[in-house]
Amino acid sequence: MPPVVDLQNVTVRYGTNAALRDVTVAFPSGAIGLLGPNGAGKSTMIKALLGLLAPERGQMTVLGLDVRHAPLQIRRRIGYMPESDTHIPGMNAVSFVAFCGELAGLPRSDAMQRAHEVLYYVGLGEARYRNVEQYSTGMKQRIKLAQALVHDPELLFLDEPTNGMDPKGRDEMLDLVRDIAHNKQMNLILSSHLLPDVEYTCDHVVVLDKGTVATQGPIAALKGPGGRVFELRVKGDGEAFIAALQAAGLECHNTDDDVMRVFVPDERGAPFLFQLASKQHVQVRHLRASVPTLEDVFAKAVGES
Amino acid sequence: MTTPKEQLPTPTSGLLHDQGYRHYGGLRAPHGQAWMVIARMHVMSALKYRPFLMLLLVAWARVIYYAVRIYVSSVSPQVPTFFAVNPGLFQEFLTGQGIFVFLVTIGQAGIIADDRRANALQLYLSKPLTRLEYITGKLVPPMLWLLGVTWVPAMLLVILQVVLSGSFAFLRENLFLLPAITVASFVDSLLSAFLILALSSLSKSRRFVSVMFAGIMFFTFGMYQSLRAITGSRWWAAIAPGQMVDVITAWVFRARVEPLVPVPVAVAVVVGLIVLSAVILERRVRGVEVVA
Repeated sequence: MPPVVDLQNVTVRYGTNAALRDVTVAFPSGAIGLLGPNGAGKSTMIKALLGLLAPERGQMTVLGLDVRHAPLQIRRRIGYMPESDTHIPGMNAVSFVAFCGELAGLPRSDAMQRAHEVLYYVGLGEARYRNVEQYSTGMKQRIKLAQALVHDPELLFLDEPTNGMDPKGRDEMLDLVRDIAHNKQMNLILSSHLLPDVEYTCDHVVVLDKGTVATQGPIAALKGPGGRVFELRVKGDGEAFIAALQAAGLECHNTDDDVMRVFVPDERGAPFLFQLASKQHVQVRHLRASVPTLEDVFAKAVGES
Repeated sequence: MTTPKEQLPTPTSGLLHDQGYRHYGGLRAPHGQAWMVIARMHVMSALKYRPFLMLLLVAWARVIYYAVRIYVSSVSPQVPTFFAVNPGLFQEFLTGQGIFVFLVTIGQAGIIADDRRANALQLYLSKPLTRLEYITGKLVPPMLWLLGVTWVPAMLLVILQVVLSGSFAFLRENLFLLPAITVASFVDSLLSAFLILALSSLSKSRRFVSVMFAGIMFFTFGMYQSLRAITGSRWWAAIAPGQMVDVITAWVFRARVEPLVPVPVAVAVVVGLIVLSAVILERRVRGVEVVA
């Protein structure tokens, strides 16, 4: 399968500040997570792919079309859910979504019919005649998704789709995204800094950091075929213990909660960790085994270890 | 970001409201028609706004007065000079509509400013339309309303004159009249529409845009009057866009008055303002606001 999005040596600058630096990456079909901390260049990449930002150099293709030469053909086949709050003033939801459908080339009657359908799909069926300006944050996120879906795109760009949503709304939005990706045969690129969102909805991930690609690949492969992760809380000289872990060939990073996550790639397990702690005169106060998560991949990729 | 996954709420399944998303297999319009969608949306929105409709109705009230003049002139050949139908009557009508051109233009102040306030530009420009199409779609509604209070009623008055007089003699004697009405109306409408679009692209507040437009029109006129009084030179009229439109209108109607400035200067000022507005629009209408 050819990649749905392909970037070759792309550099995008805001003035003198490079938001993307010589990025070369291919997004396969399916659900792809675009991960990275704030300011990593995720939104910039999406806007460049939409043709809203011109790269200083490099080549980009979306669905096999060159972004520089065929931006309109591309935009006809993609849907974009922006990160920021956005609407057309003075419209109710169904008029707004139908209007977006018409802008994307749908005939008026079809656009109206599709607007009703997608509003029901995203859970705004009962509120579709309300003015969009009166919507809550969660409803605004849903209507942004609806306007991106109304013309039935082949590829969806979702920029932080769960921003500002309460836990229940967030879960529902993620269910929608997952359903679109896995049951509706639509390719999507989900930009987020929330690892669980990406891990839940996507099969593949591209991690950006400081405008460069830190790592990429199928999530399952990045997590690694074997090994285990141990969450540890220790008392004593933690730094010496970490040094000893690293000297033993183990990957280790701290979390915000003073819990260190240690990745053990081979058969050595908890007894080995206890032995190492004993040698370093460190008390193990807490030890819990878990499987490697995207968080471990991310931390390793962006150098938080 | 580094909080363990287990501590975050795990998305649950089964909360979808409707799984019935269907793929679309219908027709899609070719590129280049999105401006019509934008223009139609604005026209329909304006027609739902009662104060704006009232303004359009009031703008047409003067048509009745001029229609009566044409009627009286046609039924009674011995009318006073004041009632005589000549090209000057149509010039007077168009010049008098200036206040409604101003008010209707003010009514369009939010046409881009509202989009900027609602972050809608990125939404528009992520659809298959160019910035030129967006601007065209935004330009058409003010042009329609402005021509609707200038060109359309003026043309109707001409038709009324032909119908009531029962001959084309008046038109034959004044062959320049139809082009004159058209040029004068389009120059005034185009300049006002471009100015309000450019100003609207500079702000997120339609109120501020209205104040800026009114300020430009009144301030430049006031400056012209003051500087003319001080220096005695009529050339200062070149700083007042409204005066330049009047110069062009008087010229196309072949009025026997000495223009405030040479006509080429008036044309240059008007064209310059339209080009300046277009440059502002080109810089301001972008899907991404880059703050370098």
